[in-house]
Amino acid sequence: MASFPSSAKVVIIGAGIVGNSIAYHLANLGWKDIVQIDKGPLPNPGGSTGHASNFLYLADHNKEMAELTLESARQYQDWDVYTMCGGLEVARSQERLNELRRKVDSSKNWGINSRMVTPAEIKALVPFINEEILVGGFYSPEVGVCDSLQFGTLCREKAEAMGALQSFAMTEVTAMGVEDGRIKTVTTNRGVIEAEYVIIACGVWAPLLAEMAGAYIPLTPVVHQMADYGPVPLFEKSSKAIGYPIVRDMDVLMYERQDGIGFEVGSYAHRSILHDPETIPSNEAAALSPTEFPFTQDDFDPQLEDALELFPEILGDEKVGQKYAINGLIALTPDGMPVLGETPEVKGLWAAAAVWVKEGPAVGKAVAEWMVHGEPSIDLNQSDISRFHAHQKTRKHTKARAFEAFPKTYGIVHPAEQYLSDRPLRKTPMYDWQKAHDAEFFEVAGWERAQWYKCNAPLVKKYGVQTRPNEWDARWWSPIINAEHLAMREAAGIFDLSAFAIFDILGVGALASVQGVAMRQMDVAVGKVVYTPVLSETGGFKSDLTIMRLAKNHFRVVTGGAHGMADLKWFKDNLAPMASIVDLTTAYTTIGVWGPRARDIVQSLTRADMSHKAFPFGTCRDVEMGSQIVLASRISYVGDLGWELYVPMEQGQRLWDELWAAGEQYGLTACGMGVYGTTGRLEKGYRAYGAELDNDYTTAEAGMLPPKIKDADFIGRDAVVRQLEQPLSATCCILTVDDHDSASGEKRYMLGRQPITMPDGTPIEDSKGRRSYANSAGASPSTGKHVLMAYLPPALAVVGTKLAVEYFQEHYPVTVAVAGAGALFDPENLRIRG
Amino acid sequence: MCIKRVPAVAGRITLTDGDRAIDARYLGFTIGPHEECGVEEAVRLIEAHSGESVVLTLGPAEATEQLRDAMALGITRAIHLVTDGEEWDGQSAAAAIVDAVRADEATQGPFDLILLGNEAADSGGYQVGVRIGRALGRPAVAGIKGLAVAEGKVRCEQEAAGGRDVYEVPLPAVVSVLEGINLPRYPSVPGRIRAKSKPIAPSSPERPEQRLAMIRLVVPQVAATEAVILGHGPDAAPAVVDMLASLGVL
Repeated sequence: MASFPSSAKVVIIGAGIVGNSIAYHLANLGWKDIVQIDKGPLPNPGGSTGHASNFLYLADHNKEMAELTLESARQYQDWDVYTMCGGLEVARSQERLNELRRKVDSSKNWGINSRMVTPAEIKALVPFINEEILVGGFYSPEVGVCDSLQFGTLCREKAEAMGALQSFAMTEVTAMGVEDGRIKTVTTNRGVIEAEYVIIACGVWAPLLAEMAGAYIPLTPVVHQMADYGPVPLFEKSSKAIGYPIVRDMDVLMYERQDGIGFEVGSYAHRSILHDPETIPSNEAAALSPTEFPFTQDDFDPQLEDALELFPEILGDEKVGQKYAINGLIALTPDGMPVLGETPEVKGLWAAAAVWVKEGPAVGKAVAEWMVHGEPSIDLNQSDISRFHAHQKTRKHTKARAFEAFPKTYGIVHPAEQYLSDRPLRKTPMYDWQKAHDAEFFEVAGWERAQWYKCNAPLVKKYGVQTRPNEWDARWWSPIINAEHLAMREAAGIFDLSAFAIFDILGVGALASVQGVAMRQMDVAVGKVVYTPVLSETGGFKSDLTIMRLAKNHFRVVTGGAHGMADLKWFKDNLAPMASIVDLTTAYTTIGVWGPRARDIVQSLTRADMSHKAFPFGTCRDVEMGSQIVLASRISYVGDLGWELYVPMEQGQRLWDELWAAGEQYGLTACGMGVYGTTGRLEKGYRAYGAELDNDYTTAEAGMLPPKIKDADFIGRDAVVRQLEQPLSATCCILTVDDHDSASGEKRYMLGRQPITMPDGTPIEDSKGRRSYANSAGASPSTGKHVLMAYLPPALAVVGTKLAVEYFQEHYPVTVAVAGAGALFDPENLRIRG
Repeated sequence: MCIKRVPAVAGRITLTDGDRAIDARYLGFTIGPHEECGVEEAVRLIEAHSGESVVLTLGPAEATEQLRDAMALGITRAIHLVTDGEEWDGQSAAAAIVDAVRADEATQGPFDLILLGNEAADSGGYQVGVRIGRALGRPAVAGIKGLAVAEGKVRCEQEAAGGRDVYEVPLPAVVSVLEGINLPRYPSVPGRIRAKSKPIAPSSPERPEQRLAMIRLVVPQVAATEAVILGHGPDAAPAVVDMLASLGVL
């Protein structure tokens, strides 16, 4: 082995699927001088890759995960380490069958081949299954099994052949050196190595490595039980490693598959068994491998009965024995997504953890692109390590959420489903008031937010709001949302927007800082509020947010809580010289008051002139309200007259009380985030980051191009200019659902992320190969319609075009109501500018 | 069949503070290889001759795991002499087992054969089998690698230099077996499921004053070995000669 180097461009810690993939892709993109280390032996250093079941189910409701898995499958196939065997998910219950129908819907969104199958078709695919207990299933023919260890070996060999990589096994990190907030050295048992970049890609150990540098990688090792049974007489006759589709027995949270002459049974049905990274034994002290803990049979026994019921022919054979069984460690994060990207705490220190074998190669490629080009080709915003708020980085929170999420690994998870553990974490000043008014709290970024108020239930009758007959459509939803919406449109609504992330950019470089990040012109008069897209280098969306110019050298950025920390890092990373940024999220609370009577209410509390002439739309300034100075900003995300009112957190309740008292005579209604986040914005056609806006779509496609591209340079400007020369591939549209009746006669209401198809059910794909799907869905109470937002190819993006939406494998007719920028309700924006 | 719950060691053994026990934080638990073969032998005997087999352990509450494992392989029922986890010396362990055997035999009838592993995987005292035989007045044989029951007798085979020693003793008898007497089976799924509903009879014998006390454990030092290349081809010959001389074999 070569002598241990004293410096490198990049040190990769970990030689599992992630570290190996990153090593190859960095080399492939031209980086040299890469050093990879692992404390275990090669090719299986003892991490989670070594005991992975190695199968790839491609379908996922989540776009980012589906894209990572599809790309990984492509890479495994390219290197001939992928056996396509097909995959089934079987249903024992009607509830699960519906979930599988939803999974076919989602598969179509991402262009993944899948279909529903009958018990008889399942039997034909897997002759040894007991189909009598099944009601149906989902079949995905491109599902397969990879050889992740071989793939990793090929990665290293290819990177070594390019002269770019040296790998060192049995090399353990003992310390990391950070200087001026930047990673400098990695100390190992073989010596100290200086590095420009360090990548922590060591799975369940990652939190410990991050801690050495003063950073956080919030994940927790969790047990996944798996056992191997054999020899199976049926498999002994065949020479194939896997000749039958993998079966996921979803109702009992298990999977089974052929593995040579054995039959592997894995489970997510047992209790959540969490460990701490520091209690994982060393390679020497471990009985099997460090991440293969002793099997706890008692936890597995109940699942065995379920497995036996489905596979009596194999598992009922007295001669087929349990040959190998482990409690394998895998990594779970507070929100179930991977942890990728440069740590916000330490420059040059990157994380690539909580990644499964099914995502490994794509993560390797994307992270390498991110490091080399500054941007990955797959949008990783949901996996971005900078998304975490402080509380999410803690061990306690991570474990609480992992404990709660583990049983849902194969669960039926509603898109609006809320975590229940470790709450409440962050309470707004108005929390107690809201609790007293029977708020139904949803959580975002740790904040408790009223989604609707049960005390507003009488409004449902007043406005004649229809309820949703189907339980799924009505889960985590209430007709009160629509009623609150109508009350706001009739009089006024008050909103608690404390979850906004707020940061101020100050100094003589402040203008240059915001100008370089925001797409819109920021060299505006003091007192202007600018809503602007924030773009990536390639001209996709990084965010959308508002920026207020409070003084010549003082800008205030206001953005959504969920994405706030990632935005903060983006601004920090792109700060111009002579500028500083300070996070004021918890310094200010924001209260929104909107509706035709909003001005009457606000005016009644202030001497300031709140008239349209004196306080036009898109401006902000301090006004006196009672004993408080309030920063009032005249903008709206619900499309109505009114203001966002900013006051110090500790004065929030006082202002809320005064507004509430003043609003009584005007019919002020407390409105939840159901109105703010869904109904209010949708009928106005306002796009949301993470729904309509992501890195895959351009500002032109989103209908958000400014009238003129500003001359000042900003990130993504070149790309936008290039995009303008290209014909549009897609246009963001609003569609209305024409008929809600399902085949059974029940009215159904789509929740979003369903395929938009031709009326005959044919998928719609644009010239860039992107499928059309409902990016968002929800009610437009003002028009009485259920609306969807979707990107459509130009030929279909025409008002009046008849299409369909696929929901639980049925098709419902829809019509394009708005093509491109524009609103379904108040298209002239008379209200907002009233 | 008597079994003992022991840590499933593999790789490097570490001790707890004070060197009083093996650090089992990362370890599972199992029974020794001799006992695994004993369980298999018991199951085979019953499969061949009918009747019932009983597994007995003197151990902590958690040892039900090992009892269930044995029953998953085909043992009929279990007796659990529950301890607080402290080690029992060979004399007191044998006495407790003898009491349990007598109590069981009083209601269930006599055992034809009491099987043990040749020695426990951890303490390795080699005493319990012969003490049980002595106390019950039954013949006891140890180190057995072949066993056959016929016509009220058990034929036991012991490996000996160049052949086998064969003992034929009348039933009831006590036999301690060695690993290699058979190839134990893996538990089947139906076996596991059946084991869950098989009965375990617990009792809590008093731990008498111990006449053998453990002072502390020591992990034997395994000298690190390293290959030294003395040379290649004929050129290596002088170095080989020197090495052999230094070892005193020349």
